[in-house]
Amino acid sequence: MIKLNPKLSQKLSYTLLCITVGLAIVPILMIVFVIVKNGLSAISWEFLTSMPKNGMREGGILPAILGTFSIVLCSIIVTLPIGVCAAIYLNEYAKNNLLTRIIKLAIVNLAGVPSVVYGLFGLGIFVMFFRLGVSIIAGALTLSIMELPVIITTVRGALSSVPHSFREASLSLGVSRWQTIRHIVLPNAIPGILTGTILSIARISGETAPILFTAAAFYVPHLPHSIFDQVMSLPYHLYIISTQIPNMPKNLIYGTALVLLMMVLTMSCVAIIARIYFRKRRKW
Amino acid sequence: MRKTIDNIMEIIIFVCGMLSVVFVVLIFAFLFKESFTFLKDFGIVRFIIGHFWYPTSEPPSFGIFSLIMGSVLVTTGACLIAVPIGVMTALFISEIAPKGVKDVLKSLVELMAAIPSVVIGFVGMVTIVPIVKNIFNLPTGLTAFSGAMMLAFMAIPTIVTISEDAISSVPWQYKEGALALGATKWQTIRRIVLKAAMPGIIAAIMLGIGRVIGETMAVMMITGNAAHIPHSIFEPVRTMTATIAAEMGETVREGMHYKSLFAIGFVLFVITFMVNFLADLFLGKNKNL
Repeated sequence: MIKLNPKLSQKLSYTLLCITVGLAIVPILMIVFVIVKNGLSAISWEFLTSMPKNGMREGGILPAILGTFSIVLCSIIVTLPIGVCAAIYLNEYAKNNLLTRIIKLAIVNLAGVPSVVYGLFGLGIFVMFFRLGVSIIAGALTLSIMELPVIITTVRGALSSVPHSFREASLSLGVSRWQTIRHIVLPNAIPGILTGTILSIARISGETAPILFTAAAFYVPHLPHSIFDQVMSLPYHLYIISTQIPNMPKNLIYGTALVLLMMVLTMSCVAIIARIYFRKRRKW
Repeated sequence: MRKTIDNIMEIIIFVCGMLSVVFVVLIFAFLFKESFTFLKDFGIVRFIIGHFWYPTSEPPSFGIFSLIMGSVLVTTGACLIAVPIGVMTALFISEIAPKGVKDVLKSLVELMAAIPSVVIGFVGMVTIVPIVKNIFNLPTGLTAFSGAMMLAFMAIPTIVTISEDAISSVPWQYKEGALALGATKWQTIRRIVLKAAMPGIIAAIMLGIGRVIGETMAVMMITGNAAHIPHSIFEPVRTMTATIAAEMGETVREGMHYKSLFAIGFVLFVITFMVNFLADLFLGKNKNL
């Protein structure tokens, strides 16, 4: 074997690493580029605010946007308080024992369950067992269980970045544990919790498989008016029009994909920028 | 008064803390319950190694071996692409990139993770699928290969984020020791950093695999959905996840077909549970460094 000069081998390896980073980054830029380039022409005020017409081949995507919005809103309302409390338990109360280890293992596994299995679970338990039917609430509950581990993990990160001395100062003044959490720890963790929440919202807005059998409908001729309605949803709508409907005008598909992609990416960008901003402003 | 509030809050917090365990147990119990009668009637061995998935013919046949092979093929393909790219990107981000580049790359990786799988599936349908069809001169571009390529993009963010954590948590003393002995930066990275971070990197790879096995929408849109045992990566395949997603809508509630899909879900749950469990063990090892 030829023995390379260490300097040369370093140069070669660095070049190789740069190329692989390109391989990782370029596809995502390509995906965004392809969708923006082809989809931009479809976007208009009318597209965003009217009902689909003619077997979805014309008209807009308003019901799908509103449907996604209501499912995501419901699910975050359910999952956020539970997630925050669970994170508080793990970070502030839990002792280093078997129970805590089991909880952590459960969170890891909950995060790894395939999304379609959540769909099955939601179908079985919310749609059939609790008789909620295929509805916003059934889909939202399914998504909230799926999102729980993500929320817990990010909130825990935010809580543990609050310095220990803050808690000690408060406890030493005779303040109770809960009051310390409520008035000292939580307010200081708010920025982290907020950014984590926005990221989660972005993530669940794009999920399709869990709502496939629990909330989403092929076509609903009216806008959602109660949480027990079936709704159209943006990701499911994109799936339908790109695979199930023959002769679907291409630019409408790209347009729908663009709306979905922009929704998700904008929220993620806001969260990432907010996180950088808060980190810079942090006083400790 | 203050004591009561404190106590009530502590109980609420404890209950919420326990909820994740409750949900995992519930999901397991529920999938088990739904698939138990089916597995007993049809036979678990026949279910796993049966070659034919004809759920609607008469008599029906529920062998998921071809579906398992489909999942395995797509997952292996995706990992072959995603693992080298993911790990090397993580190395670049945590060891080589200057501060500014590092932050930008990390944010980009995070954005990449946020792209919905339907969007990835759609882009795959309009870009990769025709390209694969033309280059390899195939009857259809909807193949395991196209699926693996798109799924690799979905595994990369997971692999990068977690390996990056593992690599940057390697103690700086290790690196300085090597550098002080006259090793070049690359030698240090390859022989010291990479070795020390290996358990974390393995965990990252496993979590990436878990993500790919469970991926549904993109797979359903790109891999062609033909339920037969594939002979090469350039054939259409059907995965377990896609089968559930595609067929659940057409089944009769509580019927044999319906239950069989829950049984597939159960198999998937068990597989991902094991993958995550192993990953967690490796991550634990990394922390003891």
